[in-house]
Order: sequence, then structure tokens, then C-alpha cells
Amino acid sequence: MTTMTEQATQVYSVFIRATPEQVWDGITKPEFTTRYFYGTKIDSTFEPATPYLSVAADGGETLVDGEIIESDPPRILRHTWRSLFDGETAAEPPSRVTWEIEPQESGVTKLTVTHDQLEASPKTAAGVAGGWSYVLSGLKTLLETGEPLQG
Amino acid sequence: MKTDDDLVFRALADPTRRHLLDRLYERDGRTLTELESELEMTRFGVMKHLRLLEEAGLVVTRREGRQKLHYLNPVPIRLIHDRWIDKYRERQVSALANLKSELEETA
Repeated sequence: MTTMTEQATQVYSVFIRATPEQVWDGITKPEFTTRYFYGTKIDSTFEPATPYLSVAADGGETLVDGEIIESDPPRILRHTWRSLFDGETAAEPPSRVTWEIEPQESGVTKLTVTHDQLEASPKTAAGVAGGWSYVLSGLKTLLETGEPLQG
Repeated sequence: MKTDDDLVFRALADPTRRHLLDRLYERDGRTLTELESELEMTRFGVMKHLRLLEEAGLVVTRREGRQKLHYLNPVPIRLIHDRWIDKYRERQVSALANLKSELEETA
């Protein structure tokens, strides 16, 4: 029996009372990511084949690296992912993260994060499983209230 | 008007739906046929429960070729945790902290 923590495809979805453009900014601007993404700054030009980096806001240590596969604001962002914060996950092959932004009725936007191609990266799969819920909950709270999650 | 939380609490209030979530927790990305084979229930009944879970955002479906795969989406449970559980736990902790300082002051 496998557990969810090793799923090779993981799907996370959240409804946010914000426009697609605001959600896109929340994902791609460091002044937002530092407030909900484990205190990390996103560092990327979002041009295909350029780096996607997630850098500790205080020390400058790179915690996640990857490469932009596709960027179509404010609809889709797709990049590869390697968790560098742990030696075992850093040694695993890169996986793939897709952010899809879809406008819904009455000022609500649906954000879906699919983390897949994790078949050969079980440590990474286990490592991100709880993290994405925390990140998306934090992003929703930040965009809807202007404040990060407490605690 | 039903809020997102109402839909999640309603979806979680049924043992069959919690059972379906547990099956997806064990292994994600399953078809209706696979899920149906683990329940003593008609295909229609399982579909109905999956639809309520999907409306609450607890299950997300993806098409892969001719198959429709069901994935567990834990984010709404996390939101309930952040909204309803963390808050009250915090109050409990601060009540204990107040009790401690009061006891220490009077001692």
C-alpha cells in the first residue's frame, strides 16, 4: 500500500476571491512570495528555458531550482522543480509543477497546482505533499485579506 | 447562501464520502470503476458522492486519454484547519499562559 505522501501526480486546487491578474502576481512577485511561500523570494524572468529559483529571503540560499517550461500570464505557468533544501531530494531527478489560473463567476478565481513527473522522485513527492496545501492556503489568505496567515 | 466551508462540512459529514477520501489518500488518481469496486454501492451512488466531494473542492478530476481520474485535494481541509482549528487552539494556549502568569503573580 502506498501513501499519499508518495503520489507521483499531486493535484491541489483553491478558489480565491481575486482576479486572475492578482493571483498571477501572487505567484510571480517576490514581495508576495516572501509572505506565504516559506519566506522565500521567487527569482525568475519567466521566459521559457530560463531559471525558476526560490531563494531564502534572509540568507540568499536557493531552496528550489527549476527551469521555466511555459509562461502565459495570467493563465498558466509551468516549470521544473528540484527541492534543494535536503540532500536526498536534491539528488532526485527534476519533477514538474503547473499553475493553472481560471476565472470563475462573481470575482472568484480557481488556482490549480499540479505537481507531477514525480515517479522517480519519491523523497521529493513526500516532501512537497503537505507543503502545497500550506502554500495555497497562505496565498488565498494573503490575497483576500492583505495579511499572511498567523503563526 | 452556502459558503465554501458549508460545502466542505456537508461533504465530510457522510461516512461513505470520508471512506472515498481515505481510499484516494492511499492511492490517488483513480477512476470511478476502481473506486466503485471497493464500495458496496451502485455506480450511481458512488457518482453522487463523488459529485458532492467535487463540489466541495475535496476531489479534483483530470482527463487522461479516455479516462477521468479522481484526485484528493487536501487544500479545503487545510483551510478549515487554518480557519477553525488553529484559531481555537491558540486561544487555549493563551488561556493557559494567562493562568500561568496569574498564578505566578499571586504566589
